[in-house]
Amino acid sequence: MGIRFVLMVNKQGQTRLAQYYEYLTLEERRALEGEIVRKCLARTEQQCSFVEHRNYKIIYRRYASLFFLVGVDNDENELAILEFIHLLVETMDKHFGNVCELDIMFHLEKAHFILEEMVMNGCIIETSKSNILTPIQLMEKAS
Amino acid sequence: MNPFSSGTRLRDMIRAIRTCKTAAEERAVVRKECAAIRAAVSDNDQEYRHRNLAKLMFIHMLGYPTHFGQMECLKLIASSGFPEKRIGYLGLMLLLDERQEVLMLVTNSLKQDLNHSNQYIVGLALCALGNICSAEMARDLAPEVERLLQSRDPNIKKKAALCSIRIIRKVPDLSENFMSPAAALLKEKHHGVLITGVQLCTDLCKASPEALEYLRKNCTEGSVRILKDISNSSYAPEYDISGIADPFLHIRVLKLMRMLGQGDADASDSINDILAQVATKIESNKNAGNAILYECVETIMGIEATSGLRILAINILGRFLSNRDNNIRYVALNMLMRSVVVDSQAMQRHRATILECVKDSDASIRKRALELVCLLVNDTNVKPLTKELIDYLEVSEEEFKGDLTEKICSIVERFSTEKLWYIDQMLKILSEAGSHVKDEVWHSLIVVISNAADLQGYTVRSLYKALQTSSSQIGLARVALWCIGEYGEMLVNGACMLAAEEPVTVTESDAVDIVEVALKCHSSDITTRAMSLIALLKLSSRFPPTSERITELIMQNKGNLELELQQRSIEFSNIILKHKNIKTSLVERMPVLDESTYMGRKEVSSQDVPAVKTSKTAPSEALLNLPNGVKKPPAVYMGDLLDLSSDDVPATKPSTNDFLQDLLGDLAVPVSSGAPLSGGSDILMDLLSIGSPIQNDSSLSNSVSTGAVNSSAVSSLASLSSLTSPSISVSPEASIVDPLRGMDQIKRQPPSTAPIVDLMDGLSNHVVSVAGSEKLDFLPITAFENNSLKTVFSFTKFPGRPQVTQIKATFTNKSLNSYTDFIFQAAVPKVH
Repeated sequence: MGIRFVLMVNKQGQTRLAQYYEYLTLEERRALEGEIVRKCLARTEQQCSFVEHRNYKIIYRRYASLFFLVGVDNDENELAILEFIHLLVETMDKHFGNVCELDIMFHLEKAHFILEEMVMNGCIIETSKSNILTPIQLMEKAS
Repeated sequence: MNPFSSGTRLRDMIRAIRTCKTAAEERAVVRKECAAIRAAVSDNDQEYRHRNLAKLMFIHMLGYPTHFGQMECLKLIASSGFPEKRIGYLGLMLLLDERQEVLMLVTNSLKQDLNHSNQYIVGLALCALGNICSAEMARDLAPEVERLLQSRDPNIKKKAALCSIRIIRKVPDLSENFMSPAAALLKEKHHGVLITGVQLCTDLCKASPEALEYLRKNCTEGSVRILKDISNSSYAPEYDISGIADPFLHIRVLKLMRMLGQGDADASDSINDILAQVATKIESNKNAGNAILYECVETIMGIEATSGLRILAINILGRFLSNRDNNIRYVALNMLMRSVVVDSQAMQRHRATILECVKDSDASIRKRALELVCLLVNDTNVKPLTKELIDYLEVSEEEFKGDLTEKICSIVERFSTEKLWYIDQMLKILSEAGSHVKDEVWHSLIVVISNAADLQGYTVRSLYKALQTSSSQIGLARVALWCIGEYGEMLVNGACMLAAEEPVTVTESDAVDIVEVALKCHSSDITTRAMSLIALLKLSSRFPPTSERITELIMQNKGNLELELQQRSIEFSNIILKHKNIKTSLVERMPVLDESTYMGRKEVSSQDVPAVKTSKTAPSEALLNLPNGVKKPPAVYMGDLLDLSSDDVPATKPSTNDFLQDLLGDLAVPVSSGAPLSGGSDILMDLLSIGSPIQNDSSLSNSVSTGAVNSSAVSSLASLSSLTSPSISVSPEASIVDPLRGMDQIKRQPPSTAPIVDLMDGLSNHVVSVAGSEKLDFLPITAFENNSLKTVFSFTKFPGRPQVTQIKATFTNKSLNSYTDFIFQAAVPKVH
């Protein structure tokens, strides 16, 4: 299925955005997020960006105070996901203009809409920034 | 208007939550907000529905329950405005807890929106359907999605393609309908449609063999053309990532090619050229390029590629492996794991590099590399590899030692050809990381030592030396204690010297010293101390001059707070003081443990992972506990028949076959160690073991057993003798049948009462019933059950032939996997 979840977590380990592409109960999600965050945040810059946890492989990347974590299946291309995270950040940057943690917090639904245009059911839909953002900006004007 | 719902804006709520200093404060704020939203929901508040849902999404993200918002989502979806619908669908995707009724309610709205004239609303509905669709919805809405796949708008098309993936995953039968539209998608120009179309094709290939056949015929050309087009087309800034045109599409196409080419020479043939082109042309100085190369190598390894192409792939691998970037090295190891089956010869070339990776500072890389090393081991390289790994064990981080030790042990066990090498390696592991060595590993080491008569002297001396330097390693201490107890005299007299061995001078009191240290060391656990006591008992007869000192040492534990140690201490001192005449025969060396039995059992026990651990309490205490506290189902006890579970007495466990010999040779061990707890079969054996010594020397019974065991054992003396006396076991066949018959009687008791107690109380009557009245109907019993396997025994008796029991074993596979090479082994005690 490819991508199983996308998480954005700040340096303190607080979740700022969570999107799951498979059903987990509230308790499972809380536990999983806690475990992953503890594992990933403890790693140093020099270590590789991949962590294996339970049956997930977590690919993470840090941008300033925000960690982007993507959980994938075992047969997913890790390097491509790393590139995908960068694309996600660039797209949000383009939309919000120098995106920061607060932008995502206060415009949670917009962040979700952007993600929704990029990933659906764990598969990548679109990788062109302007294609992703056109419908969002159109809707923004309309509403 | 409701006083609560007037409340805060989303922004204010987030601020309020952020200013909370403690989790309790945060909970309070969230609770207040939730109450307000609930009130608004029950008031059917139109105005703030949108804002309330946005709040709920935030609260949901923080990890609080928000199920009450689901109906609000439905209302928003049903409204006509676009912004409401949008937030409604988003809420639905986030808050949904897979409750069928909500999904059923939303199906109708989805159907309407899929047919909406506004393309953005259709897009919203497709997106929601693609994320949450259930099997039922898939059946209901598949025709709409099929229609939308033909739409002219690329935005609709790409979402419909991904929606189809969800549908065929939920209902694979529907894949037939999507085959030709999917193939048509690959002819498009829009990259979004292409990437989704390629993913749909890949999923169709997985879903049904017919689809795979169809797509092989109709899509192989198409996928090759996509790759050609990307690389030949002029610069497209939209899809360009650091100078490489659309790496994401590249990767998806390569994945599809892997599906198409796997096991099909024709399809592989037509993609060989383009793969070679990608592998040579893509630059590897950027992450995006490496991602494509990585996928390309996997595809080459996955299909029926030409040998030239394979060499190209392996060269790329080699380049990756020597890269300084940790991410690249990690994926290189990953690729090697998958390629090792294809071409293990080529992989061996990279062995040195992989070994370096085992020592990397990065845990993810170490783990991958270690797994890879285990795949690369073979008979020729096992010795140098093991040496490297053990050397590294000395310097590795504490948290990694567990994994590393386990892998080294499994390598050593799997590939050892000579016993001396095996023992040497195990000793090294034990002295470096003895605390991480699993019980079954050192158990099997003891079995091997007991079988290697010419190495026992060497082993015990090496263990002695090792224990002096690294006494804190639990595993080492246990093995050393066992060996010193058994082969103490070889330690002192230097028997069986090996040519290369350095002689050591150990006096009798030195040997006792080291056992004393282990007994008194604060870091030793109960098992180790209990083993020290046994070792002392054995040494007292091997070294008569130290006997007095040993008695003193044993006596010191008479008041020990641990019941196990106290009991051993009292029993052993009684043996030493009051039963001098039998002591020597009692503490004779253990009979040689049966290697084949042990290895066979080990295989069986490794199938059922959660082996029942023997509790470390003394038998009498456990007997009291069992009826109320520990209610283990009979199945567990029967399962134990095939299992080795007792921690405390490694020595007795491998030797079911010789238990009677054992008993005579080493009486104190099975009775006092808590073995009765470990399982049905052991219970039975122990019963017999209680019975037979009484036959031999009834005066012993007071030192051997306590409490309930004692009285019932004595009362059932007469009946037990019928079990153990040769009159019943006329033939070997009968001797196998007999104990099982007894066991069946035990199991026929209602499961609510604990088997052990039954066994003790009902001991005499059940044995009598076996001998006397014949019961012909026996209820079947569940001999063993875990989540993957169930074994049921049913019994048949033939009138007139009381000594024969026919047992029919039924094995049920409860897992989804199919079992191969299934081996069933039963261990049955001999009755002499």
